[in-house]
Amino acid sequence: MGRFHQHEDSPDHEHHGDHGDHGDHGDLSGYETGPERVVVLERIFGENDRLAAANRSTFDAAGVTAINMMSSPGAGKTAILRQTLVNLPDTTRVAIIEGDIETSLDAERLAGYGAQIAQLNTASGFGGECHLDAPMVASALPRLDLVTADLLFIENVGNLVCPAEFDVGAHHRVMVYSITEGEEKPLKYPVMFRSVELVLVNKLDLLPHLDFDLPLFLRNLASVNPAATVLQVSARSTEGLDLWYNWLAEIGQRSERAATISATPREDLPACDPRADADALRASTRKRP
Amino acid sequence: MHELSLCESIYEIVDRTAAGRTVTMIHLEVGQLRQVVPDTLTYCWTVVSDQTTLAGSQLVVHTVPVTLRCLDCGSTTTLTDELLLLCTKCEGADVSVTAGEEFMLTSLELAEA
Repeated sequence: MGRFHQHEDSPDHEHHGDHGDHGDHGDLSGYETGPERVVVLERIFGENDRLAAANRSTFDAAGVTAINMMSSPGAGKTAILRQTLVNLPDTTRVAIIEGDIETSLDAERLAGYGAQIAQLNTASGFGGECHLDAPMVASALPRLDLVTADLLFIENVGNLVCPAEFDVGAHHRVMVYSITEGEEKPLKYPVMFRSVELVLVNKLDLLPHLDFDLPLFLRNLASVNPAATVLQVSARSTEGLDLWYNWLAEIGQRSERAATISATPREDLPACDPRADADALRASTRKRP
Repeated sequence: MHELSLCESIYEIVDRTAAGRTVTMIHLEVGQLRQVVPDTLTYCWTVVSDQTTLAGSQLVVHTVPVTLRCLDCGSTTTLTDELLLLCTKCEGADVSVTAGEEFMLTSLELAEA
């Protein structure tokens, strides 16, 4: 799957069984005795991952860059997306899959900004699942015209556990963490914090009112995911969001798909305000190696 | 709580592999970095397999501890309780996970024909 692999550039990184090389999976000798035992060695996420790969092919063919956004409930995914829709240049065309267990409240918050939105309620036909998986995302795709989109945001169900386990086919995995959640969250949910390449540390405007120890949080995050890019933002005050827009422009430029489809001049991003330099300094921007 | 959908994936694999034969035990390897609760998984299996040809079969979860290789000093760490992904020798955080992310159906046990 590669989603836990933060060191893909490293020549000595050992690719493990998730890539299908089942040969190194522990001592299975005990399983192979006795005539009634059948060796299977099949990955349980196999079917999901096949569909995730199919979704990714669909995104590639349409020239759209897909971003899986995850967080706990209330961390600010929708608020950040709303600011993003307001502030990205009109030439960047956005589509959104809005995942929730119930209600279309978030889709309503995002309506009216020119983005295509497909609501995906997991309570309707998906057993009230606490996450989006590849088949669910695939079911929403016919409702979007991906060819006319540059960026596809897949807003996952708010949950720090299950969404990390399911590849939905996105090119990039991002999480929103809010400073009201406590410094220890990376240690409690290492799989989620380890599965993403970017962490948006949100609600920074509340810092003066909280006992939140930001350096401790950053140390905890680095201990589970030293390769993550960290951007400190506030969807409410808009502080730091220019760094997020720049990151989106960068991944758009890195993606040949986006480059061939869209002739968008990325220079016309909103000018950074004078605080941005200070924000950039404060942001712990540890880039991937 | 995604154990229920995991059990549905397991069901699909077991049903296809067993091809009508009676299954008694289903062995899984689950790495400790997978956020799977074994008791919940085995409970969900009874729900998913109930009233099917796989009813009465048991899930056996073999837990695989997390093993890290330090990219700085090269030493190997096996984690015991806390999932702190740090090298125990040099305390470096630049580690690669060499075990602990497994989630695999390894084998089935079938009833005597």
